[in-house]
Amino acid sequence: MVDLNNILPDQIKTDIPKFASGDHIRVHVRVVEGDKERIQPFEGDVINIRGAGATKTFTVRKVTSGVGVERIFPYYSPKIAKIELLKEGDVRRAKLYYLRNLSGKAARIKSKI
Amino acid sequence: MSGIIGKKIGMSTVFNAEGEIVPVTVIQAGPCKVVAIRTKEKDGYEALQLGFGERKEKNITKPLSGQFKKNNLIPSKVLKEFKFVGTEFKIGDEIKVDLFAEGEKIKVKGKSKGKGFQGVMRRHGFGGVGGTTHGQSDRLRAPGSIGASSYPSRVFKGQRMAGRMGYENVTVSNLKVIKILLEQNLILVKGAVPGSINSYVELIKK
Repeated sequence: MVDLNNILPDQIKTDIPKFASGDHIRVHVRVVEGDKERIQPFEGDVINIRGAGATKTFTVRKVTSGVGVERIFPYYSPKIAKIELLKEGDVRRAKLYYLRNLSGKAARIKSKI
Repeated sequence: MSGIIGKKIGMSTVFNAEGEIVPVTVIQAGPCKVVAIRTKEKDGYEALQLGFGERKEKNITKPLSGQFKKNNLIPSKVLKEFKFVGTEFKIGDEIKVDLFAEGEKIKVKGKSKGKGFQGVMRRHGFGGVGGTTHGQSDRLRAPGSIGASSYPSRVFKGQRMAGRMGYENVTVSNLKVIKILLEQNLILVKGAVPGSINSYVELIKK
């Protein structure tokens, strides 16, 4: 049997810190502008982790000037330079879509001590 | 026109040099054995018959079994003919995925998934008849007129109607080979390929 999730093992990064739904993370994304490359951080809460192997992705949500912004990253994307785990969240669900309907104080996630 | 027989494993993604995601279909391609050789003198055309997979002796017909026995080969699950012009292969030779190169564009031939009995909108892309108001009912997905009346007093052959859809031969051209894993006999082809998982496909060199 062929393992579809692990066809090209070199593409599966092993240096990614362990994080889960509800965690507050900072994703450092490589951005290429012309022939220059710079790093652009994206900071927010992880609200979804899905899939396995090369197709695994996670969603990060942040609220900037009152507007919710969500970004879906491929888990093993070479465009991600680094992931920083800033705060571990205490949540009861794997998918935190309910946060989309909440704002202000209600949209906070309890942090694990 | 040379080619190889493969089995569809499923789809996945691969990152390219720019870090972008490329959708790929993973196909177990070969190794195929040369089972028979068609020659101009004997058969009127040149081709190689390739066999893929294994089958139990008890499950094949006697005439076929005789052909395999003659050449001391294990019976193959799938048999297909490919043109292979100007190559010298003997019976029993193995053909592997290294027939193709990375970056090459190939054709993939397979049998599409069966969709069952489908109406005219899904099967032929018809638009349905009219709207939902003005007292109209039951006509939203109808085919409309299928011809004139007293002349010709019949429906022309080939009139597109509802019926069985899918499970037909489909060839997809210009699929780029993203990666070849020779040790595992795998080939990764960009995009989708006809057929369900575990169905057999022909990979054809252009």
